[in-house]
Amino acid sequence: MSEILFYITAVIYLFATCVYSAYLFSRKDNLISFAQKVLISGFVFHTLTIAVRWIEAGRTPATSLHESLNLFSWLTVAIFLLMLIKYKQKVLGAFVSPFALLLILTASLLPKKIIPLSPVLESYWLPVHVMLAFLGNAFFAIAFFLGIMYIIQEHYLKSRKLKGLYFILPSLETLDELNYKCLQYGFPLLTIAIITGAIWSEYAVGSYWDWKPRQIWSLITWFLYAALLHGRLTAGWRGKKAAIFSGTAFMILLGSFIVINFVSGGAHGLSE
Amino acid sequence: MNLIIVGLNHRTSPVEIREKLSFPAQTIGEPLRKLTNHYGLNEAVILSTCNRVEVLAITNDIEKGTWQIKRFLSEFHGIPLNKLDDHLYVQQGENAVKHLFRVGAGLDSMVMGEPQILGQVKDSYGYAVQHNTAGVIVNKLYHKAFQVAKRIRSETKIGESAVSISFAAVELARKIFGDLSGKTAMLVGAGEMAELAAKHLQSNGIREIIVANRTHEKAVELVKGFCGTAIMFREFPHFLKNVDIVIASTGAPNFIIRPDQVQDVMRERKQKPMFFIDISVPRNVDPLVNNIDNCYVYDVDDLQGVVASNLQERKKEAEDAEKIIEEEIEKFYRWIKSLDVVPTIIALRQSCDQIRKAELSKAMQSLGNLTEKDQKVLEAMTSAIVNKILHHPVTHLKKESNNIEGDLYIDTIRRLFDIAIDEEAVKKAQNNDE
Repeated sequence: MSEILFYITAVIYLFATCVYSAYLFSRKDNLISFAQKVLISGFVFHTLTIAVRWIEAGRTPATSLHESLNLFSWLTVAIFLLMLIKYKQKVLGAFVSPFALLLILTASLLPKKIIPLSPVLESYWLPVHVMLAFLGNAFFAIAFFLGIMYIIQEHYLKSRKLKGLYFILPSLETLDELNYKCLQYGFPLLTIAIITGAIWSEYAVGSYWDWKPRQIWSLITWFLYAALLHGRLTAGWRGKKAAIFSGTAFMILLGSFIVINFVSGGAHGLSE
Repeated sequence: MNLIIVGLNHRTSPVEIREKLSFPAQTIGEPLRKLTNHYGLNEAVILSTCNRVEVLAITNDIEKGTWQIKRFLSEFHGIPLNKLDDHLYVQQGENAVKHLFRVGAGLDSMVMGEPQILGQVKDSYGYAVQHNTAGVIVNKLYHKAFQVAKRIRSETKIGESAVSISFAAVELARKIFGDLSGKTAMLVGAGEMAELAAKHLQSNGIREIIVANRTHEKAVELVKGFCGTAIMFREFPHFLKNVDIVIASTGAPNFIIRPDQVQDVMRERKQKPMFFIDISVPRNVDPLVNNIDNCYVYDVDDLQGVVASNLQERKKEAEDAEKIIEEEIEKFYRWIKSLDVVPTIIALRQSCDQIRKAELSKAMQSLGNLTEKDQKVLEAMTSAIVNKILHHPVTHLKKESNNIEGDLYIDTIRRLFDIAIDEEAVKKAQNNDE
């Protein structure tokens, strides 16, 4: 059941991505409204996918890499839609939609079977830790796209040749401010995720910190984002510099997450 | 509907011809009345702007009407027609409707999509109403044209991007800073163009404007216009760190804002972005300042480039606008035709029925004593004959009225049966439509 819903979601996201691309190319307003509707309908199916999987597995669907990527994709779209209500940055969807699609496509290539979670990991900390971590990641993902948009827009303004996306991208200051906002939400979430992870680890295996690769890499990302926030607050890092920094940090985050989970087969190698 | 537009514009004629043909607004009543009284046109409107002069008219005969308008233009301004004819364009029927819609929406203007023309078209219609040269068709046509222009403004982005240098500068500022309400601008040198840009900045909600000019009195004079602060010219570098937008327009022969200086300023203001608008020639801001992070320098040529790309973007929007125009023309014609055919059919039926009744009563009289039944039979028979004869013409007329040549059929029927249209019936059809 969840598998059918999963494929429906993928197809709708693919369609949304196509419409968004058409919008970027033609810059016709009615296309982006349509793309947005498609993305939202995809999100409805995505929500059902996650819900059904949750019921089928009887626990938070984030133990295999397939489940994790799927959840990450869902949360990123969710955060985008929430931000759409408040900040009305529609063009952002043109970046979120292909990213959500990419995560789902990667997930579809991975084993989909529900892996039983070893009894030591069964805990209330699982949903708390997992949701917080991915929520933080979703904010960092959005920051990453805002950074890309900033770099594109800055390039147009610096080169003094205005064409194409210049006409539809928001102002530099808006992009920079939103990027900063995403960090302000993402960073505390990441911090709490690391702490809850440590507490969960204490409950499950009896030690807070084992210097496992997952723990080391999450600490590295934490330091990167901490440095970025510090730089923004004290040294006036902003604009392009901040965009590149947050982009790099996000790629390290995503890369380490996928590699570690791929090697270990999910749950940071704790499930075996 | 026999609609004609004869005129010339910036593309078909040089300014020497256009200025000779122009009609001043104060005295436009006379030419308008001449068109309808002496040149045999039913309704007339004159549009006269610095870029175009056009006469729009409704006439009974298209070819004759066209010739009459040309003759009018030549005679009224005393220019021989052979000198004028090469510059004139003629639009008839549907093309004329399209032309009017395009002009009203600014699609035919020198600066694509500019909004002033709509006001001028509205004025030209106003004069025609004032001098009683606008009738039913002109009324409907112009209201439709205004509606089309409005729809194009709201459904396309044709009027959105700036097409003048000072507007382009403000638009760039908004692409860099977003909201201008917390920002400060500084004019270094108080030229006319700088003043214009400052005014635009102010109407976009900029918080503060500082003016530095070599002649201090002029700066003081200028800030009165938009409640800013005047500072001594030599002090302007000290103010840079608090300023987001710098508009330079001094007559200085060299760069007065240099990269090393800006680098220090940027450090002091924690890298907050700065936008330099350099509208002076020779330039006042070293172009190398653009290489500093978060600094953007635009000189006059760059701004021209921005205007050019904005115009390019407007052209893209113009394609959508043309589609809207096609749609609206179709709607308009459907309306016009339904208006024409319904009263024609009614009048046709009425005139035939009158003949039938007259002949019937004559026959009844000469036949003498007829039973009630006989009378009814005669009545039914004559009605049936008339209805059967009219059946095919009426169905064809209804069908053809939706085609391009519908006018021709309606016109022919009216002539063949010598039908005059009943004003009441027209009004009734009009009300039903709306």
